[in-house]
Amino acid sequence: MAGIDHAPPPFFKQGPAPLALLTFYIAISVALFVVDLRMHSLDLVRQSISLLVDPVQRVAQTPGSLVDYAGNYLRGIQTLDAENKELKHAKLTTAPDLQRLAQMESENERLRKLLSVKEREKAQGQVAQILYTARDPFSRRVIVDKGQQSGIVGGQPAIDEAGVVGQVTRVFPFSAEITLITDKDQAVPVQIVRSGQRSVVFGLGNGQLELRYMPANADVQVGDVLVTSGLDSVYLPGFPVARVVNIERDSAYSFARIFCAPIAGVENFGELMVLNPREALPPAPPESKSRSGDGGNDKGLRPKNKRPSKAN
Amino acid sequence: MQANHSSSRILLPVRPWFIFFTMIAALVLNFLPTSHWPGVPDWVALVLCFWSVREFRRVGMGWAFVLGLLMDVADGSVLGQHCFAYVLLAYLTASLSRRILWFPLLQQALQVLPLLLLCQAVQLAMRLLVGGDFPGWSYFIGPLIATLLWIPATFILLLPQYRPLEQDPNRPI
Repeated sequence: MAGIDHAPPPFFKQGPAPLALLTFYIAISVALFVVDLRMHSLDLVRQSISLLVDPVQRVAQTPGSLVDYAGNYLRGIQTLDAENKELKHAKLTTAPDLQRLAQMESENERLRKLLSVKEREKAQGQVAQILYTARDPFSRRVIVDKGQQSGIVGGQPAIDEAGVVGQVTRVFPFSAEITLITDKDQAVPVQIVRSGQRSVVFGLGNGQLELRYMPANADVQVGDVLVTSGLDSVYLPGFPVARVVNIERDSAYSFARIFCAPIAGVENFGELMVLNPREALPPAPPESKSRSGDGGNDKGLRPKNKRPSKAN
Repeated sequence: MQANHSSSRILLPVRPWFIFFTMIAALVLNFLPTSHWPGVPDWVALVLCFWSVREFRRVGMGWAFVLGLLMDVADGSVLGQHCFAYVLLAYLTASLSRRILWFPLLQQALQVLPLLLLCQAVQLAMRLLVGGDFPGWSYFIGPLIATLLWIPATFILLLPQYRPLEQDPNRPI
């Protein structure tokens, strides 16, 4: 009560007009949207906000994981016993192959040396636990419990016991985001085991994959297994990716529509292995001038996921 | 805060920390694993909508923007997607708040439904525009459920503001 002020009383203070504020915030939102989607330069912002959000998210996930834990605990000794027996049996059946694997690998190495071919890279990585699936209904991603602190970098492939699951797309301090191979337009360069033909398999977004750009008369059969071809600098060659489940050959189109189902338990919860990044491939030879004109067709075939941060 | 034509009680002024608390609670509810189930509403949108109808001077587009940013990071969606939708929601509810509050609760819920649907549709349009994956029509069940929850939400969120029915002169309010 210091007497009459010159400023109007705060009762009338309303700040900027609502429409002006709306325009301002909408402009910022759209700018964020475009920059995040097209330039991928907001990872630092994302990481710093995630430091705030991540603890809350983990706390919110605790009830669910506690229920899971209790369920496992109460499942009883009989089921565990049966599972144990099954695992022992599986171990025994794979034992002959495994025991000879070490010897075969060293032999392969020696032979490759004799032929002076570059040695095959060994697959190494770290086991990560899937924390939860990302809430975004427009994409298929999971969050795992290893992040920058464990040395995870963008682009590392992730596999489970059956095959390729996906690829690390975003790394946070204590967690990382893995985009599944079934995410829409997520590409994996593959090779058909039976015929050795190379192609690229794309996620469809509905849990299936599609082998695109195969001619209508291509030698593909239902049941064919696709493995990674290793032609990118991301996936090591030879990991199973998908199995062909349905082929539609329509002579009206120049390409066959080939649908595949992932071999790995892509949509399951559990543990997976994040493989170390591959050694850099030797640089590609420079393209000759005469061919650069018709490179348009090649562009579609080139694996898109060399760039680790595919954003949607 | 604002009395409508059918209100029989005068409400106490809202406490700012309670608004803050309910927003955090809504965020936690959104982070729960249940949010993958079809038909689970976007709690943040519901609470934001409620407060910006009731207290549009306190909870405005700034709040909406910050909440949207948090949701974007938590969801792993594109930054700006929730921001856009929530800011739009906050603006529309604030400008319609006097009109909405005039109606009884059931009709309020009917007025809120298109706003919540719009909030969801905007996000869908943004993502489909840049090549996202269509999540199916169950995506729009959430706002319908949220509309049904408008009446219980109003009751719960206004709970700290009700005066006791029997007044006791010896007890401080």
